[in-house]
Amino acid sequence: MVELGAPAKWAARLLALAYVFLLVGWPVITLAQHTFADGWSSFAETFSDPDVTHALAVTVEISIYAVLINTVFGIGMGVLLVRYEFPGKRLLSALIDLPMSVSPVVIGLALMLVYSGRYGWFGPTLEANGLVVIFNSPGMVMATCFVALPLVVREVVPVLEEVGDDQEQAARSLGANAVQVLRRITLPAIKWAVVYGVVLTLARSLGEFGALKIVSGNLTGQTQTAPLVVEQKYTNFAQNDAYAVSFVLVLISVLCILVVSLLRPKESHS
Amino acid sequence: MTSAVLDQDTRAVGRGRPGVRSTLTPGASLGLGIAMTWFSLLVLIPLAAIVATAGQNGWQGYVDTLTNPQTWAAIKLTVGQSLLVTGVNVVMGTMIAWVLVRDRFWGKRLLDLMIDIPFAMPTIVAGLVLLGVYGPDSPLGINVSNTRTSVTLALAFVTLPFIVRTVQPVLAELDADVEEAAASLGAGRLAVLRRIVLPSIIPAVTAGAALSFARAISEYGSLVLLSGSLPFHTEAVSVRVFSFIEGGDRTSAAALATIMLGVALAVIIALDVIQRRVARRG
Repeated sequence: MVELGAPAKWAARLLALAYVFLLVGWPVITLAQHTFADGWSSFAETFSDPDVTHALAVTVEISIYAVLINTVFGIGMGVLLVRYEFPGKRLLSALIDLPMSVSPVVIGLALMLVYSGRYGWFGPTLEANGLVVIFNSPGMVMATCFVALPLVVREVVPVLEEVGDDQEQAARSLGANAVQVLRRITLPAIKWAVVYGVVLTLARSLGEFGALKIVSGNLTGQTQTAPLVVEQKYTNFAQNDAYAVSFVLVLISVLCILVVSLLRPKESHS
Repeated sequence: MTSAVLDQDTRAVGRGRPGVRSTLTPGASLGLGIAMTWFSLLVLIPLAAIVATAGQNGWQGYVDTLTNPQTWAAIKLTVGQSLLVTGVNVVMGTMIAWVLVRDRFWGKRLLDLMIDIPFAMPTIVAGLVLLGVYGPDSPLGINVSNTRTSVTLALAFVTLPFIVRTVQPVLAELDADVEEAAASLGAGRLAVLRRIVLPSIIPAVTAGAALSFARAISEYGSLVLLSGSLPFHTEAVSVRVFSFIEGGDRTSAAALATIMLGVALAVIIALDVIQRRVARRG
């Protein structure tokens, strides 16, 4: 394997470290410093504000729904894309990646144009039947599902391809029905891929900002989520509150990364 | 996180050609039907609504929206900054991937972990943490808030993982034998890098660059607190779309959104082409 000379090696190492430290490491450390600059009590005070705790609860609730829906969709779509042939499969596979590169603002706008109660394509009919989508939980769950859509599918697909379908066929030939094959053979084989997908989806869902700002209406104490509270507090000069909520969100996102990075190598060793 | 989305083999599901015979069982057909209904309601119909709404004022209205001086300035800023940041990522991302794969040192694991933070961190928080070091109270004395540099900074932050995570697995799987053979035949270090390593990682770098560009074009959250969104100066396309929505001008919002959708589609197509070319060669 080609090795760089010692000076080039050190230069590359230091440059990489300096770049990542200045761009990511230091800003994250500064956030922790800002959060606890006035001690623990100001941190605790932030979370005695009912609007803040309500926003956190909304964020968790919306994220759980989105994770559940995307997990079922992701596993189902993964199995369909890997185990079956059908016309349009390649197009569908490419389209599932699309949400990763669509702007959150565009996602919010797209959902408004279809589900808004005032001018949406389906919105007025749905509201007449009692289903309020926009400025309400269903729309927020949809926006979150949209932004995180490919994450489970993309984890599940390569694993399904790698394990092959020999065991599934064997089980089927021994008389197992479709549900039994899925529960006893397929799901255990892709277990870790699903776990990564779920953790990544959770991290993405908890942090969604742009799309939710549009479809939630950002109503304090009602549809406001934690990332929206961060913006509101910061622009209203309640910077301590903004830092405290941010700190909690960063802590969760770092934990999600840690979980994924600790699980991944274990699996490849076994 | 990115590695999952970008690994070439993870995207290798597209073997079906149009006209291919379906192997769906009745149960699988039902599943596909349900999945497609949800996918249409969630993604396809809403995106179609954007295209339909963008065309409401006719072609002239569409062109007028995009050539409005403030909108045009936002498009120029966003495209320019996205190209700049993608260029930075091509160099820095490839180098970081190299360091992570070929170098050994204390703290490498931490470096590896930090690469994923921008991907998992809420974008609004990304803007906030960058303000801590590069804002008015900067410990470095560097205040970039409300300048164009702040846009570069925010975009560099959110796009950091893309090229690193596409190049890393490819670099790790490079066959050391080929490099050693070349070296034993008298190729110098630079020749091995240029003739052997570089050609093998170019598809991965291109794929990462495409994703990084798409992400930069569409970024919103991290710019909100950092850039100040000053019209004609630091206002990005996504911010402009947002203000159109807030002002109730849905046609203009949709018109501008089609440009961003176009970029997203182009990137998806580019990734598909790269992936097929790599598959054919391998």
